[in-house]
Amino acid sequence: MSVLVDKNTKLVVQGITGSEGAFHTQQMIDYGTNVVAGVTPGKGGQLFMDKIPIYNTMKGAVEKTGANASVIFVPPPFAADAIMEAAEAGVDLVICITEGIPTFDMLKVHEFLKKYPKTTLVGPNCPGVITPGEAKIGIMPGFIHKPGTIGIVSRSGTLTYEAVHQLGEAGFGQSTAIGIGGDPIIGTKHIDAVKLLNEDPKTEAIVLIGEIGGSDEETAAAYIAENVDKPVVAFIAGQTAPPGKRMGHAGAIIAGGKGTAEEKMKALAAAGIHVVKSPAEIGKKMKEVLG
Amino acid sequence: MKIHEYQAKEILRSFGVPVPESKIAFSVKEAEEAAAEIGLPVVVKAQIHAGGRGKGGGVKFAPTAQDVSQYANDILGMTLVTHQTGPEGKLVKKVLIEAASNIDRELYAGIVMDRTTSAVTFMVSTEGGMEIEKVAEETPEKIVKVVVDTAVGLQPFQARQMAFALNLTGDAFKNGVKFLMALYKAYMGTDASIFEINPLVVTKEGAVIALDAKANFDENALYRHKDIVALRDLDEEEPLEIEAGRSGLNYIKLEGNIGCMVNGAGLAMGTMDIIKLTGGEPANFLDVGGGASAETVEKGFRIILSDKNVKAVLINIFGGIVRCDRVAKGVIEAIKNIDTKVPIVVRLQGTNAEEGKKLLEESGMNIIAATELKDAAEKVVGTLKTIEA
Repeated sequence: MSVLVDKNTKLVVQGITGSEGAFHTQQMIDYGTNVVAGVTPGKGGQLFMDKIPIYNTMKGAVEKTGANASVIFVPPPFAADAIMEAAEAGVDLVICITEGIPTFDMLKVHEFLKKYPKTTLVGPNCPGVITPGEAKIGIMPGFIHKPGTIGIVSRSGTLTYEAVHQLGEAGFGQSTAIGIGGDPIIGTKHIDAVKLLNEDPKTEAIVLIGEIGGSDEETAAAYIAENVDKPVVAFIAGQTAPPGKRMGHAGAIIAGGKGTAEEKMKALAAAGIHVVKSPAEIGKKMKEVLG
Repeated sequence: MKIHEYQAKEILRSFGVPVPESKIAFSVKEAEEAAAEIGLPVVVKAQIHAGGRGKGGGVKFAPTAQDVSQYANDILGMTLVTHQTGPEGKLVKKVLIEAASNIDRELYAGIVMDRTTSAVTFMVSTEGGMEIEKVAEETPEKIVKVVVDTAVGLQPFQARQMAFALNLTGDAFKNGVKFLMALYKAYMGTDASIFEINPLVVTKEGAVIALDAKANFDENALYRHKDIVALRDLDEEEPLEIEAGRSGLNYIKLEGNIGCMVNGAGLAMGTMDIIKLTGGEPANFLDVGGGASAETVEKGFRIILSDKNVKAVLINIFGGIVRCDRVAKGVIEAIKNIDTKVPIVVRLQGTNAEEGKKLLEESGMNIIAATELKDAAEKVVGTLKTIEA
C-alpha cells in the first residue's frame, strides 16, 4: 500500500511537448511510471518519443487510455484551465507542478473542484508525489528515495529532498512523499495528506515539513492531536524570516504578524509532534523516535 | 506588489469608489498649484510605501496657502521614519495634495484573500484609524467578517450586512453599500491581494469616501495588468533586490553577515534557520532555483557580495536532477571570475555529491567543502569565529 500513486497509476502528462514537460516525462518513464498519454492542444495524433500518444483534450486522452491521473507542466496563464480540464475528464488525481498561477485563477479552480469530489488536486507549485519503487509523478530526483515506511508531506521541494536524504542516512525509506506546494491556495493541504498517510497501513511514521505563512500546519496539528497515533516529526522553515516579505514561495509570508514559524512550532509541539528546530535533525529525530 | 496611496486612489476612482479630490506634487510649486486648483483647506500627505505616516509627521492639515507651501517644503525631501520603515526611514519625493474632508466618523474596510477558507473575505470595523491587527487582538468583536462566495461574487445583501454593522444610516447607508460593492469590483478587477481603506470616512454630508488607501497586488497576475506594473516605484525597493530580480533570482536582504545561496525556497529558509541556530546571522535569503548553473551562481555571488556586511558565504545546493559535479564546476568558475577574499563554504548533496566535493577540494581555491547540512553550517560560522579571533 501507499497513497495517491502506485504502480497501477496510469498517467497523462498535460503539456508533454513543452521543454519541462518533455524532460520530466522522460525522467518519469525512466523511473518506471506508467505514462499512457500526453495532452497538447493542437498536437493530437502525434506521438511523444515515437510511442506515447498525444491527444488534443484530456477527455480524449482519458477515454482512449483509461488514464486515472494527470500531471501538469503548462505555463502559469493556462495552468488553472488545465486543472479544471483534468477534473472534468474524470481523473482521480491531478498534480500541478506549475509555479506562478494567479491566486484568483486558483480561487476559480477551488470553486470548480467542489463539483468533482472524486478528484484530488496536489499543488500547484509543488514537486509532485512519489511512491518509491512504484511511480514518481513530478520533478523530484527519483534515485534519492528508497521504498520504506515513512510518509512525507511538505510545502517545499528541495527541503523534502533534504529530509529524504537524512531519512536514508538514518536507514529509513519512504512509503509516499507528497509535495503539497508553496502557494497560498493549494488542493491537498497538510491535513489532507496527513489523513491519507495516517490511513495507509504501510506508513509507520510521518514527516511534516511546513513553512511560514497561513495556518495549515496549525490545522493539521489539531487533527493529529485528535486522530493520529503514528509518530510525527516536523520542521518549520522560516524561523529567521522577516515579517512582510515573501520568501520565494507565493505563500511563504508572515502577514499582519500571523503565520510565524514560532506559532506553528508551538501548535505542533502542543499536539505531541516531535518538532525539530534544525533542518539537519529530521532524520536523527526520526531514528530517536522509532528507536 | 505595493503601490503608493495616490496610485491606489486613482485605481479606486476608476472603479467608481469615492475618494477625495487630490493631485500628486513633486515640488513645492506643484503643491501650491494643486492646492489652488483643488481649493483650501487641503491635506499634505507624504507618499512612501509605509504606514504610520501621520505619526511620523508626514501628513499635515493645511488651512491656508502659506501652510501648503510650508508643509510641502517640510515634507518633500524629509526622511520619514515610521514603525514600518525601520529606523533608517524613507526619503519622501512626492506629496499628495488632497481636499480636506468634513469628517463625521472614521471606519475601517479591508479585503483579503483568506487562505484558510480559500475565499475573498471582507473585514469592516467601526474602529477606523487604528491598526486593524491591534483591533483584532484587543477587541475582535469589533471586526465583522463577510466571506464572498467565489461563484457569485459579493452580493448586495452582504454589503448591507456590513453597512448595518458599521451603523450607517440614511444617505450614508446607501453610499456605504455602493462603496463596498465598487471596492469589491476594484479588488477583483485588479488581481489585488490586499485592499485596506483605513480610515474609511463618513462625512457630515453623508458621503462615504476612502480617506486612505493601501493596495497590494498578486505578483503572479501582473502579466495581465500592464497598467499596474507601470506603477511600480523602484525608489521604494531595496536596490540589491531589484538587481536580483532582473537576474531572475529571488533575493531578500537581511541584517546578518553570512551570505547564503541555496536552490529552492524552503531549503533556503531552512539554511538561514540553521545558520542562526549554529550561532551565526544570515545576511540574506537567496533562492537560485532548481538549475543552479554557473551563470546563476555567479550572479548570485555578485549580489551577495555587494552587501558589505557579508563576511562569509554558504552555498547549499541539493542536486536533484542537476548533478553536483556540474554545480561544483559552476561554483569554481564563478569564484574565479569574482575574485573574493571572503571564505566560502560549499555544501553539495544529492546526485554525484562526492564527485562534486572532490572537484571543490582539488580546485586549489579558498573553498571549504561539506556534504552534510549541519557540518556546513558549523564550518561557515566557524570561519567567522576564526576571523574575529
